[in-house]
Amino acid sequence: MSPPIDFVIRRRTFLAGTAAGALAAGLTTQAQAQSQTAKSPAGPDTTTVRLTVNGTAQEVTVDNRTTLLDVLREDLKLTGTKKGCDHGQCGACTCTVNGSRVNSCLSLAVMHEGDEVETIEGIGTPQAMDPMQTAFVKFDGFQCGYCTPGQIQSARAVIEEIRAGIPSHVTGDLNSEIQITDEEIRERMSGNICRCGAYANILAAITEVAEQGTAGEDI
Amino acid sequence: MRSFSYERAVDPAQAAARAAEIPDAKFIGGGTNLLDLMKLEIETPIHLIDVRDIGLTEITETEEGGLRIGAQVTNTDLSADSRVRRDYPVLTRAIAAGASGQIRNKATTAGNLLQRTRCPYFYDPAQPCNKRAPGSGCGALTEGAFSRQLGVIGTSETCIATHPSDMAVAMRALDAVVETVTPNGMTRRIAIEDLHVLPGQTPEQETALMPGELITHVVLPAPVGGQQAYHKVRDRSSYAFALVSVALIQQADGTGAVALGGVAPKPWRRAEADAELPNGSRAVMARLLEGASPTEENAFKLTLAERTLAAMLKEG
Repeated sequence: MSPPIDFVIRRRTFLAGTAAGALAAGLTTQAQAQSQTAKSPAGPDTTTVRLTVNGTAQEVTVDNRTTLLDVLREDLKLTGTKKGCDHGQCGACTCTVNGSRVNSCLSLAVMHEGDEVETIEGIGTPQAMDPMQTAFVKFDGFQCGYCTPGQIQSARAVIEEIRAGIPSHVTGDLNSEIQITDEEIRERMSGNICRCGAYANILAAITEVAEQGTAGEDI
Repeated sequence: MRSFSYERAVDPAQAAARAAEIPDAKFIGGGTNLLDLMKLEIETPIHLIDVRDIGLTEITETEEGGLRIGAQVTNTDLSADSRVRRDYPVLTRAIAAGASGQIRNKATTAGNLLQRTRCPYFYDPAQPCNKRAPGSGCGALTEGAFSRQLGVIGTSETCIATHPSDMAVAMRALDAVVETVTPNGMTRRIAIEDLHVLPGQTPEQETALMPGELITHVVLPAPVGGQQAYHKVRDRSSYAFALVSVALIQQADGTGAVALGGVAPKPWRRAEADAELPNGSRAVMARLLEGASPTEENAFKLTLAERTLAAMLKEG
């Protein structure tokens, strides 16, 4: 096994590398991947997608492998939506598609033709925050803040989902109105992980917005 | 991820024909499991056929009084459907017990049935796995392996992976039927108990579907009534796969149906075990888990299954 110092040097070299170097590295990886298999795509490996993001029409031509998350961050430079695990487990990438919250890391961009996507940048500004953003600030619903955009997007949708009568694992009677309780909110937020452990404050923030009855009315 | 081409299917029969025409093509619906596996290069399709927009997103009533669920109905929409909540509560309960809100919004009915196991040896390309790389061995059956989550019955010496679905366990208790279209345009009906096959010597073969065959609907029979419940026991209270789950339909006279999740390569139910329901959980599990071959690490699942059913039957 290589001594740790080698790893540090290689990593720095990679991170500080020139654009040409990074490109070469990318080509090598691609070449290696292709050499492992004789299989090649049955058609074009890029697609042009037209979608609306935060109310603005966008057209991007992407490698078919590109996730919605990477299009938002890398192509559209909307870096508010975060990449945590990239496997749908942490929820940092949560945004809404046609009003429904999804993990943008588990969705191919080519499958969003015609869709309306909303990210954290679309719900409020520092001068005019969404009520959920205001509540997260008021209750310290974060520490490092990395999971926060996903938490806020998920939280707004949770209130809508309860009001729409979508049952959860902890819902009692399936055939009557669902109450907004701590238990319901906690269960429905389980797809959003916070490594700083701000859960109690996140719960307080969501509860306040739910009680105000103002969150997400424009979703 | 390996490179692939992409197309949107026009209708179910065309999708099936295309899938049969292109070797290593795959259907994609929600993609929440497939894309994850593609990132890890456990799945390496060269072509994806998007089947979300081919008229399979409705839940309609059948002449027999049941429901016909489109294959692309999302888990959220299925669990929230008022007819499902009222007449098939075990199905709503099972779906709500699985995954996260974000994933249920995207995951589809057919995709849920066809999702792959979450066995850690299947998921780690550095480990041997007969399901992922036939003939490479089963990492979960090596000395000191982590098999706590894995199967105790219906498994084989080549594979002890479980089917991870909650939804399918409820559908098994409800005697659902899967409808498909084949590449030559024929439709067929497969009882849900016959959809998934046991690993035997070929764990890479997981279903009775032929190459290119597309699931179009899942049909629920007319409501069976009774008390319906789904109890899922897991290491944390939300967003985790089952150690053991139990779908129970119990009629007033004590008869009913019991299906288990988390213990086998498919939703696990036996008619002779159902027949023991009036005699209690011990009698049911003696039949249902007869012939089990657990590892040292997961033998607890046999006791856990019995105690979970006992709690549901409010014994003791």
